[in-house]
Amino acid sequence: MIMTGAKALIKMLENEGVEVIFGYPGAANAPIYDELSRSSIRHILPRGEQAAAHEASGYARASGKVGVCMATSGPGATNLLTGIANAYYDSTPIVAITGQVATNMIGRDVFQEVDITGASAPFCKHNYLVKDASLIPKIVKEAFYIASTGRKGPVLIDIPIDVSTAELEFEYPKSVDIRGYRPTIKGHNLQIKKVRQAIADSKAPVIIAGGGVGGAGAAQTLAKFVHKYSIPVATTLMGISHTSGCENMLMGMIGTHGVSSANIAVKKSDLILVIGARLGDRAYTTVHSQNPEVTLIHIDIDPAEIGKNVGTHIPVVGDIKVILEQIMEKDIDCDIEGNKKWVEHLAQYRDKKLPYTDKETTVNPRLAMNMLTKLTGGEAIVATEVGQHQIWAANHYKPSTDGGFITSGGLGTMGFGLPAAIGAKVAKPDKTVVVVAGDGSFQMSFGELATIKQWDIPVKIMVFNNSRLGMVRELQKKGFNSNYFSVHLDGSPDFVRLADAFGIEAGKVSTNSQLEGAIAKMLEDKDRPYLLEIIVDSEEGTL
Amino acid sequence: MAKHILSVLTENKAGVLSRISGLFSRRGFNIDSLAVGPTEDESVSRMTIVVDGDEYIVEQVSKQLNKLIDVIKIKRLDESETVSRELALIKVNAPAEQRSEILQIVDIFRAKIIDVSHETLTVEMTGTTEKQKAILDLLAPYGIKELVKTGLVSLQRGTNYINK
Repeated sequence: MIMTGAKALIKMLENEGVEVIFGYPGAANAPIYDELSRSSIRHILPRGEQAAAHEASGYARASGKVGVCMATSGPGATNLLTGIANAYYDSTPIVAITGQVATNMIGRDVFQEVDITGASAPFCKHNYLVKDASLIPKIVKEAFYIASTGRKGPVLIDIPIDVSTAELEFEYPKSVDIRGYRPTIKGHNLQIKKVRQAIADSKAPVIIAGGGVGGAGAAQTLAKFVHKYSIPVATTLMGISHTSGCENMLMGMIGTHGVSSANIAVKKSDLILVIGARLGDRAYTTVHSQNPEVTLIHIDIDPAEIGKNVGTHIPVVGDIKVILEQIMEKDIDCDIEGNKKWVEHLAQYRDKKLPYTDKETTVNPRLAMNMLTKLTGGEAIVATEVGQHQIWAANHYKPSTDGGFITSGGLGTMGFGLPAAIGAKVAKPDKTVVVVAGDGSFQMSFGELATIKQWDIPVKIMVFNNSRLGMVRELQKKGFNSNYFSVHLDGSPDFVRLADAFGIEAGKVSTNSQLEGAIAKMLEDKDRPYLLEIIVDSEEGTL
Repeated sequence: MAKHILSVLTENKAGVLSRISGLFSRRGFNIDSLAVGPTEDESVSRMTIVVDGDEYIVEQVSKQLNKLIDVIKIKRLDESETVSRELALIKVNAPAEQRSEILQIVDIFRAKIIDVSHETLTVEMTGTTEKQKAILDLLAPYGIKELVKTGLVSLQRGTNYINK
């Protein structure tokens, strides 16, 4: 069948099962938008391209499918970059499609021209500049395959306007064969054997679970594994979302912003199984202070992660789900009773409850997160921005379902949470989706309140307002002799009235005693968005 | 720090070289030399990359290169089982009274004169990195006006080859 490049693109997206595109139109992608108007694919117009990319990420994280975002050439494309980098560092499968100036104009610095394949290369799993319309079907098929297999990540397709309008003979590519891309799936048998032996020999094993568990769809398998051998689980920030099934084995988050039970578990253990985590510097410090006699097993789909940040004794490369099943294939003669005692020992640290400080005019943010857990049963998907509130949520919101905690782990992108929540709600309309934001982060993307309104995406928004960039303030306190500079957010809008201006209902709470009622009210009507402003003491610490 | 030779097969298409060089700068790896050209299969390019660094660096370079979709295969070459050559063109000052000395040096190294003028000779020298260094040391006193090198190219000895 003869058709234009734009039509072939949309047809391929439909074939790949794309249900929704988060995108922003412009000149260079006009032919694509013209075709998209006739497609069954839903299009959501955010209030900026950066939000489009984050929404695609939120959608991907909540649905397990590839998220798709679109932008025009030049500034449209550069605005996507932060979202693409964010997806790269959190291994999130998205496909970004950008318009480009006509091929005969490329390199002449014409209006809205930018080399987006060059600009995105350092933090893109792969990208394409399409110079021949006949290649569109093959490239789209490959892009979805690359984004969603192996270590997942973003793929960008840049399409010049004359390629969109050129005609081609459409043929659906049946399979993908890329000679330079063959991810390892099965773990090496000899390594699996060594892992079994190490577990059998260990008296105090611990798992550090990361975001890779989610990438492999291995949350249930991990839970089964953990309960089978009674191994305690510490998580990275990205691992929180995929470890709810580990229940009483869960010791919390490791690292500089983690909790003592998790850090003690790592420090005292004689065997660490790192599963789907790259151990970035925020988590790394604890591993660094580990027992020098420790044996370290690293299971990851990406061989380049092994040995990059921590020395590894037993590396296992492959799909986490497959590898965990391989390990469980044969009995392991481990001391389950001993392991149970070890778990009990660690649980003492975990279950130590500190009383909440009760102040007259501010809310304790930890209490707020515990209350959210209580009132939702942990069933809500929580998406966070980046800052103190992110850590309050990480340590005190307890998701009860896989994929229940969406956050920007690797890149630490302020402005991620609200659009990510929108994407998640689009993916899971029946779920309650709550954004946990700070007053700083929220102001980086609050234009998305209009997106919520226009497309009827009822997310719940909690804005912790301490009138500060709290985490930077804390850094200045500890690292720069309390020389507070540029961390005061004076001049911020009245958030309740702001929401009102967008036609979104809102409330405000400033005492612990009113908190339960305020959160209950926020959650009350599932089909309506709501903003709850929570007043927090500006001196409140992260931990 | 030691030098390591990586032989890399890549897709022969636009943008691959920039992906590879970009990766080196982004990860803070140092390239000593890089030589690239098409292979017996026109759709495949082969690069010989000489990397300066310790074991950790070389392992990371190989793994990160492997992650590039356009990289088909990487092999670390063991220097003792590898033949390597580098080509240099050297334009050297050659006034009449010194010309015969220079010709003798060129002859000893089995290099070639490929261009001649009243004041200069241009020498084509093929050999290992060490040999290149040796001839340059000997020619330096005459005054080297210009120097260009290809970077090292390497193949395994005997019946071993990269796809085996």
